[in-house]
Amino acid sequence: MRRSVFIAGLAVALVLGMGVFGTGRKGSVTSAQEKMSTMDVKIDNFSFGPVTLTVPVGTTVTWTNRDDIPHTIVSTDDPKAFKSKVLDTDEKFSFIFSKAGTYPYFCSIHPKMTGKVIVQ
Amino acid sequence: MSDKKKDELLHDHNNDGVNRRGFLKCMAWAGTGAFCVMQGGVLKSYSLSRFSELNTAEANGELSFVQISDSHMGFNKPANPDVAGTLKAAVDKINGLAAEPEFMLHTGDISHLSKPEEFDTVDQILKSAKPKDVFYVPGEHDVLNDDGKQFLERYGKGSKGAGWYSFDKKGTHFMGLVNVMNLKAGGLGTLGHEQLEWMEDDVKHLKASTPIVVFAHIPLWSVYPEWGWGTDDSAQALAYLKKFGSVTVLNGHIHQTMQKVEGNVTFHTAASTAFPQPQPGKADSPGPMKVPAEQLRSVLGITDVNYVQGQHALAVVDSSLA
Repeated sequence: MRRSVFIAGLAVALVLGMGVFGTGRKGSVTSAQEKMSTMDVKIDNFSFGPVTLTVPVGTTVTWTNRDDIPHTIVSTDDPKAFKSKVLDTDEKFSFIFSKAGTYPYFCSIHPKMTGKVIVQ
Repeated sequence: MSDKKKDELLHDHNNDGVNRRGFLKCMAWAGTGAFCVMQGGVLKSYSLSRFSELNTAEANGELSFVQISDSHMGFNKPANPDVAGTLKAAVDKINGLAAEPEFMLHTGDISHLSKPEEFDTVDQILKSAKPKDVFYVPGEHDVLNDDGKQFLERYGKGSKGAGWYSFDKKGTHFMGLVNVMNLKAGGLGTLGHEQLEWMEDDVKHLKASTPIVVFAHIPLWSVYPEWGWGTDDSAQALAYLKKFGSVTVLNGHIHQTMQKVEGNVTFHTAASTAFPQPQPGKADSPGPMKVPAEQLRSVLGITDVNYVQGQHALAVVDSSLA
């Protein structure tokens, strides 16, 4: 569905000329980014909240450590999709999810702490 | 049941990790100090008030060393804003022991965030301890961000792999193990294949009568897996030690004292010198436990171990910093 809309758009652009198409496209991408939400995951009591977070493609997810103990956010995929440095209390880590998929992760210091981000 | 019988820890026959009666008894001791003597695999325990019932030869064994753990230098939250102060208090306690320990074991989490200055501070404070030799194993807080490179450079000279090693003191064989590296999502502590192979080889030539002391950060018994308090492949490690009549396992990580006896093996965890953690399952998480300031030192401590040659006994004494 999406693809056919895009192809239709391209055809119109060819008619109208590349200059107009380029400007219009740029504008639509910017507004799409503005709409994309930033989602938060809080670390409290040695757990990720929410444990499973579902977000649209392009979302920036920010983790905040609210424990008195340091934690990390490390992808369990091979190769790792993302890996934070050690977050001390109130420190944050952000990652932009630009591709759809399921991203399981854990705290490499306390491996019982696991979570996942589903990107649709 | 005689008084003596009543204070003995019972064997755990179902291998489920925690002997309930023994566990409860040990928890009751936490912060008050306990004295345990292992003879022929049976841990005989005495509260410190019954300490005088033991003779001096038992209390002042031929091999004496002290274990400290979880100094978390750099931690500055309300549970203890002065971890340097309490580590100094631990050193004072060590320097005041009747039988001077020959050396110290530090069972990890030396630092809180693996920062060079945190390790430096601990090194500086431990310099004032009478025992000059310190044997270290890393905690997960000591290997942050660099896969343990700094730890190895500072404390791992002559060690194998991620920092494991063994040495002998007066006929007792000591093994320092590393179970905080390459942790897997959803799992517990890990020793790993390479270390297990080394262990098997390391003890192969020892006589079954050799007393063994194993020390590592995360408990090598299943204290409370829900909080990650255990080691996934510890059963394999312990299988290599089956032939030995006396095996003592010393761990840290859980910031409270706990004991368990299983066959020939006595497991013991030491208190932290920095902050206490809750009893298993008694809080939402294993995070630092805030106690009233005046009570803090009563829940921190050191562990003093004496080995009496010829008696096949290792005595483990926990003392609080209060």
